[in-house]
Amino acid sequence: MNVLFPATADAVLEALRAHPDARLMAGGTDLLVRRRAGAVAPGVLVCLERVADLNGVEVLGDAIRIGAATTLTAILENGAIRERLPLLRDAAGAFASPPVRNMATLGGNLCTASPAADTLPPLCVLGAEAEILSSSGTRRMPVADFVTGPGRTALEPGELLGSVTVPVPGGGTIQHFEKVGRRKAMAIAVVSLAALLRVEGGVIAEARLAWGSVGPTVVRCPEAEALLAGRAPTLETFRAAGESVRRAVRPIDDVRASAGYRRRVAANLLLRLAEKAGPAALG
Amino acid sequence: MILSFTLDGEPRTLDLDPGLRAVDVLREHCGVTAPKEGCGTGECGACAVLVDGEVRLSCLMLAAQLDGRTVTTARGLGGAGPHPVQEALADRGGVQCGFCTPGVAVTAAAFLERHPDPTRAEIRDALSGNLCRCTGYHKIVDAVEDAAERMRKERGGRK
Repeated sequence: MNVLFPATADAVLEALRAHPDARLMAGGTDLLVRRRAGAVAPGVLVCLERVADLNGVEVLGDAIRIGAATTLTAILENGAIRERLPLLRDAAGAFASPPVRNMATLGGNLCTASPAADTLPPLCVLGAEAEILSSSGTRRMPVADFVTGPGRTALEPGELLGSVTVPVPGGGTIQHFEKVGRRKAMAIAVVSLAALLRVEGGVIAEARLAWGSVGPTVVRCPEAEALLAGRAPTLETFRAAGESVRRAVRPIDDVRASAGYRRRVAANLLLRLAEKAGPAALG
Repeated sequence: MILSFTLDGEPRTLDLDPGLRAVDVLREHCGVTAPKEGCGTGECGACAVLVDGEVRLSCLMLAAQLDGRTVTTARGLGGAGPHPVQEALADRGGVQCGFCTPGVAVTAAAFLERHPDPTRAEIRDALSGNLCRCTGYHKIVDAVEDAAERMRKERGGRK
């Protein structure tokens, strides 16, 4: 096997041109597990760990740009993310374990495109945008469209995910993430919920909700979002939205949980929002 | 591929297949058996080593990734003698069969460098990627608390 260590994103694209069958490796925490199982046997690996311009967190006015090869630990420990994107910070904190977080990257999580990807529901509700690089130019698309199914993305041959740009929600927006797993660390999500709630004058002005692990990729529920809008953020309100959530999700039975359990938990995770949003509505 | 890296304070140069796993390079080609292969899939932490001072899982790293790096295993963690974390693990009964211990030791040592006065909850979180099937964790957490105190005293003593 040949392992290449390009130092710039341009050099990565050049390596992909020279070796069309090469695989990209970011943290390796998924790819090398699959290699061990015999599921992949790359002849050429392009390793992204030393590509400086794919790594790092940058504040750009009202948005935060995160390089695709930025580790989950760097996201978890970044001051701007902690302060302005607590939703993403909480998802990074629930991600695998500290050693895995030192290796695994945001871009790797998105490109692996697991239905249980921890960072995907937060990035979807935040309206994050993926920047895709290629030798013929750069294109952008919502992260929600970037992941097209389990293990599938919009990346074409020769393309590279360069970064993700996340708009910072306005002040007063409630950001919430919760992951239910079999244990706290190293758990693949049974269900996860990312939510943004804008509460104005005691009622929910806007709700954005996304669930992980209850469908082939992230599940949104416009019906529940519409139902919440204009109502007070009480337990009754969130309970009333539950029925549309149970209809919207498409979970499967697997070793971690039954579809029925996932459907029920997906709806019940909304109830936690009453604890967070209720005081905001009163205050 | 010619690989040059520092292993437990000693320079090493080896000509190896870059696609080998780092854990196999360390154990089979360097004779350093401190990192253990438990699960081989990043779930258990037994293969943890420090790469440029940060915890990495050597079962999920390629030989090529070691080039130019400084690698520290439990064997070289304390320099000439044992590291305070290793002393505390022994004194507090945080070791039973010992298989997870090298991974726990390097993970805890790196954690204490950045968090010199942690709570028990923070210690448990820091070690949540290191599985132990013997001691039940309480004694390991006791040991890391104890090590933190020893390290704070050492630092204070040097002032």
